[in-house]
Amino acid sequence: MSLDATPSIPSRGLADRVLRRGPLEAGATMIIAAGVVMLMQPFSLTLYSWSFATTLFGTVMFTIVSKVRE
Amino acid sequence: MNELSASSRITYRAVMVRPGVARRIRGLSDRTLAWLFITPTIVLLLAINIFPLLWTIYLSFTNYRANRANVPTIWLGADWYQSILTDPDIWAAMQVTAHFVIWTVVIETVVGFGLAYLIDKKFRGHGLWTTIILLPMMLSPAVVGNFWTFLYQPQIGLFNYMVAFFTGRDASSFQMLGDVTLSPWAIVIVDAWIWTPYVMLICLAGLRSIPDYIYEAAEVDRASKWRQFWSITLPMALPFIMLAVLFRGIENFKMFDMVNLLTGGGPGSTTEVASITLKRAAFESWRTGYSSAFAIILFVTVFGLANIYVKALNKVKSR
Repeated sequence: MSLDATPSIPSRGLADRVLRRGPLEAGATMIIAAGVVMLMQPFSLTLYSWSFATTLFGTVMFTIVSKVRE
Repeated sequence: MNELSASSRITYRAVMVRPGVARRIRGLSDRTLAWLFITPTIVLLLAINIFPLLWTIYLSFTNYRANRANVPTIWLGADWYQSILTDPDIWAAMQVTAHFVIWTVVIETVVGFGLAYLIDKKFRGHGLWTTIILLPMMLSPAVVGNFWTFLYQPQIGLFNYMVAFFTGRDASSFQMLGDVTLSPWAIVIVDAWIWTPYVMLICLAGLRSIPDYIYEAAEVDRASKWRQFWSITLPMALPFIMLAVLFRGIENFKMFDMVNLLTGGGPGSTTEVASITLKRAAFESWRTGYSSAFAIILFVTVFGLANIYVKALNKVKSR
């Protein structure tokens, strides 16, 4: 009788590794921060125009991904 | 015996008066009882928080004016949002807000952390000094606004006198609140004066949470004080500093009272932060729909930042 010393660990796919709360929340946080910077920067009116859409997208994304499993 | 019979009588009466209700309550599940208790609070929250928010969102898509409530309301879609997000004047107000937020947060964080580091050393009388440092935070913004208006007076103000004393300039040669260049800094100074103690308190909590044995281990390894500061103190206090930065950033982004009292947005529009622009649109021009859209833009920004703040708070809590 032989004993297997290394139990098989199911390999996790890319989706499993990426679609977790931590990385998604970090992504949403970055988008919100980018939106706030775009709102207040003094360089481009175009960036300012898109700031609200960016912040709103980041906020909605953060609210959704905070419900995703750890 | 008499007491027992009296209490039995009361219980008996209570049961006799409304037996149906008592039986019904006894039959309720814990979940239903919990809902019964929190329902009044939820109704109150819906009435004073959620309904005004939804109403503001609705108004932001219309031409509604609060001073002409009888005029029929027309649905405008996202016109106000488009107008605000392409308006160079509103963009300028956002930049004034950015100047105010960035400088206040930088000054409050640096000075607040420095003060916390000193207070943490537990020198003789550090309790008294902590109380004295915390005093500005306990004053109302209205009091502080009037107080600093006097301090900034060119003829009789203590601030101008102090600057004149140290620089040799004439005290009445500059106006902190009337000068285009100096007025943005005048409000930064006042805000830093009030809120640095708050940042100090948060940083102090961070410094006090660092266990002594880490410093003792560093001493054993002959790490210098400078190295201990950069490798132990600063990294371990960083989540608390981030918390203070986020909190002050959010608060200053929606700052209104102090700026309104000190400069009212002037001279010109040099201190016109976003909330002052919003107040002017809502209650001077009576463009309610337009100001509702502007309020929603500010709300989404603050809400987004608050999400990051809560995330940082949970990180600190888990330590």
